[in-house]
Amino acid sequence: MCGETAVKPRFTHMPLEQYIYTGTVLKWLLGLAWLLPLVGFAIEIFGGAWGKRLDPVAGGRKLRLAGYLAVFCIGTGFLLSLTALVVWKGGTGVALMPTAEAVSHGDHAAPDGGEHGSDDHAVDHGEHAGHDGSGDKPQQATEGDARGQSPAAEAHGHGEADAHQEGGGHEAHANDPYAAAFSGTYYELARFGNLRLTIDYYIDGLTVLMFCMVTLIATCIHIFAIGYMSDELTEDYEDHFVHLSGGRHFHRPGRFYRFFAFMSLFCFSMLGLVIAGNIFQVFVFWELVGICSYLLIGFYVERHSASTAANKAFIMNRVGDFGFLIGLMILWTYFGTFQFANVSPAGSPDAANGPGLFQMVRDSRGDLQVEETADEQVVMLQGSGSADDTSSPRSIPYWLLVAAGVGIFGGCIGKSAQFPLQPWLPDAMEGPTPVSALVHSATMVAAGVYLAGRFYPMFTPEVLLVIAYVGCITLFIGATIAIVATDIKRVLAYSTISQLGYMMLALGVGGWAAGIYHLITHAFFKSLMFLCSGSVIHGCHHEQEMTRMGGLYKKMPITCGAMLVGVVAISGLAFWIPLAGLTGLSGFYSKDAIVASSLAFMAGNPNHFLLFLVPLVTAGITAFYMFRLWFMTFAGQPRDQHVYDHAHESPRVMTTPLIILSVFAVGCAWFGVLENWILTSEPAHVAAGLTSAYHVLLTMPSHHAIHAMHHTAGTAALIAAVTGALLSAVFYWKGLVDPESVRKPFAGVHHFLVEKWEFDNLYDVMFVRPVHVVASWCTAFDKYVLDGILHLLSRLTVATSAWDRKFDETVVDGLVNLLGNTTYGVGRSLQVVQTGRLRQYVMFIVVGVLGLFVLLIMFFPRA
Amino acid sequence: MEGVGINGYLGVGAVLFVCGVVCMATKRNGIGVLMGVELVLNGANVNFVAFSRFGHLGLDGQVAALFVIVMAAAEAAVALAIVLSFYNNHLTVDVDRADELRG
Repeated sequence: MCGETAVKPRFTHMPLEQYIYTGTVLKWLLGLAWLLPLVGFAIEIFGGAWGKRLDPVAGGRKLRLAGYLAVFCIGTGFLLSLTALVVWKGGTGVALMPTAEAVSHGDHAAPDGGEHGSDDHAVDHGEHAGHDGSGDKPQQATEGDARGQSPAAEAHGHGEADAHQEGGGHEAHANDPYAAAFSGTYYELARFGNLRLTIDYYIDGLTVLMFCMVTLIATCIHIFAIGYMSDELTEDYEDHFVHLSGGRHFHRPGRFYRFFAFMSLFCFSMLGLVIAGNIFQVFVFWELVGICSYLLIGFYVERHSASTAANKAFIMNRVGDFGFLIGLMILWTYFGTFQFANVSPAGSPDAANGPGLFQMVRDSRGDLQVEETADEQVVMLQGSGSADDTSSPRSIPYWLLVAAGVGIFGGCIGKSAQFPLQPWLPDAMEGPTPVSALVHSATMVAAGVYLAGRFYPMFTPEVLLVIAYVGCITLFIGATIAIVATDIKRVLAYSTISQLGYMMLALGVGGWAAGIYHLITHAFFKSLMFLCSGSVIHGCHHEQEMTRMGGLYKKMPITCGAMLVGVVAISGLAFWIPLAGLTGLSGFYSKDAIVASSLAFMAGNPNHFLLFLVPLVTAGITAFYMFRLWFMTFAGQPRDQHVYDHAHESPRVMTTPLIILSVFAVGCAWFGVLENWILTSEPAHVAAGLTSAYHVLLTMPSHHAIHAMHHTAGTAALIAAVTGALLSAVFYWKGLVDPESVRKPFAGVHHFLVEKWEFDNLYDVMFVRPVHVVASWCTAFDKYVLDGILHLLSRLTVATSAWDRKFDETVVDGLVNLLGNTTYGVGRSLQVVQTGRLRQYVMFIVVGVLGLFVLLIMFFPRA
Repeated sequence: MEGVGINGYLGVGAVLFVCGVVCMATKRNGIGVLMGVELVLNGANVNFVAFSRFGHLGLDGQVAALFVIVMAAAEAAVALAIVLSFYNNHLTVDVDRADELRG
């Protein structure tokens, strides 16, 4: 028992009326923010043609209406999201500002809002880990803080919480993610037996946070794009990257409105994915995000590289989605529902829908209930699928739960460009730069991490280990390739892959909040850097090679400053500021949290030491390649005088978003607000840590364990980052060492990295070539066998028809003609009788009558 | 009292019929042909009446004779109209000139 005062629960379950009222308001606020971009899309795509009619004066240049409309839609969405934040905070009573004691405790790290553990707890945990190997069902280390999880047991939850307070809470709180959540149904599409296909919503702190983040960043990017895409405002756009025969370039009408239509659709899809209340709905919007990225990456569809990149992104995502589908099937078979969690308290409209996936798989304390049956381990499901079969407790085999988790994570691998499906992301740089900024910071790639975070309660420790290693491999691959990339956008692309790896690693090692934290901060500084690179590309007239830039700080000071903010943020550098202590930009805090999580994880599982060392080293590499980018672009002497002479700062419509995003990249992690916000939706079982002995022995670090590592990890990460930044300055700023001289001894490694770890070549050999070979077999079969049969058949048909024709012409036609001719001839011969002489006719009658009489008398003699 | 038998009537009818037929076959004047037709019809009428008196027809024969008279009147009206029309077109009533329907 430590001397700290009782830490109150952050919030309690709210009364029923308040739940219904707040839930309804939130539902419609976020629903409107979600649907507005769809309205924008519809108007833009159908109204695109009207733009031409509207401006006969402007010399063939179209209006920017589509851009303004798109900005209006997403901007209004942002305002609605902010309103939703206020409503959510007011309705649930969540405190986002850290408490005073937390601030006093926090030295350099982001204050963590009352997540203090205690010595007791640590001991407790240790003992627990000790006796767990005896095969007991694992118990959570915490005690007395298991709060009612099911909303139906609201009163129970209150009681527990109160008792906990009286007992002088001494433990880290197991967060109750359902206390500040709202779930329900917008519309039921169909019902097949037990299967309900619905448009649901699940709104908790994470949802609101994602809404605010996505809409804010998307608004900035939309505004930027109005400037960046302005050269599409012409009737005759010359694409300098499409070479036709005769040395000419491809000409086409500008596609300004189409760009914004796709962007709006993209935002709609992403917001739908975030607000979705069931995994099936997530899948639908998941695919919509995929198709939007396809449309946007292939925006310059006439460029072969762009259309290929779009195909690559789409196909690689399909590979991941295959796993997703398998996961969905397993979940539906065993759970009978797709809903995440049903937190509606008894009495509210949606309460009757039964518990959701998370509530079924984990008990009120967030534990899996594993039981040994004769031949396998099964996870007992809480509650029941529906009201009518309460009698039989249901269960899912443990290995199938693992398979479902890995399957769903497979979808995240594709979307978030994780190893081994990462090569699509750099190629996707073929799209316009605002697309890269949107797709690769806040939306599409974030969707994978978001889903992994949202679906966290379904992941067993084995799945988490997979996630951690995938993330670890990905972050290293991405960072190493970024060192040698020279295309400014590709450096950013590989850094995105690397940072996404960090997020997955954090989720995998039990740092749930750290992963989501990095997702948010990364979204800000990466979108900032993409927009800066867009500004550079725009200012340098579509020059993307850093080897032809240099010294641009004089030409574009705002872009240069904004990029520096982003670079410092992503590198995780911090500065000693008097009074405030060690202060860093947003990336410092989130990366610090990740490294601390992985260090704590390594402390619990020494054989997984790579999961700490690799991210630590990569933190240094990150700083190195990001500063390399900045030095090569903005510092030093111009490398290409031509490019330098024509470079210019971008117009205000492009620099304003940079400044806004810079502000957030600097300060979004300050004061601990963001971390507290994220922690409100943390799954219940994360805070206390967990020891798993089912199949692999794993210890998930508790909040307390992570916190204890903060100093060490933060210092180590900071040292790595500073080292990387200094090295970069030595190479690329001061020029003390010529990079060429270092490259020469490592030519093989350099080539390996330039070739992107040979992934494209490997996939070429493994998949593309074999497919080509099989395809050529199929072609041959098609050509010689199928075509041969078809040709034979057609020849037979032709011969038969020729014979048939002959028959038709001679026999059938002959008969008909014969009949006709005969009739005609008879008619001709009878013509002679028709003399037209009346008296002759009378004679015929007389003769005829006489003849009749004669016949009568001859054949019918008097009876 | 002995009157003429059925044979007398049939003989008159036959004479009338033959006269009518010969008239139709020989006259070139359209009106003459019509007169022949009337003779033929009246020859038939004599037969009807005779069979009505001497055969088993009873009153039916006389009714049939009345029908024939009415029909003859109608036929005469139509035929005369045709003859008039023919005259208007050809300024003659010679039936041998009316051969436009020959084959």
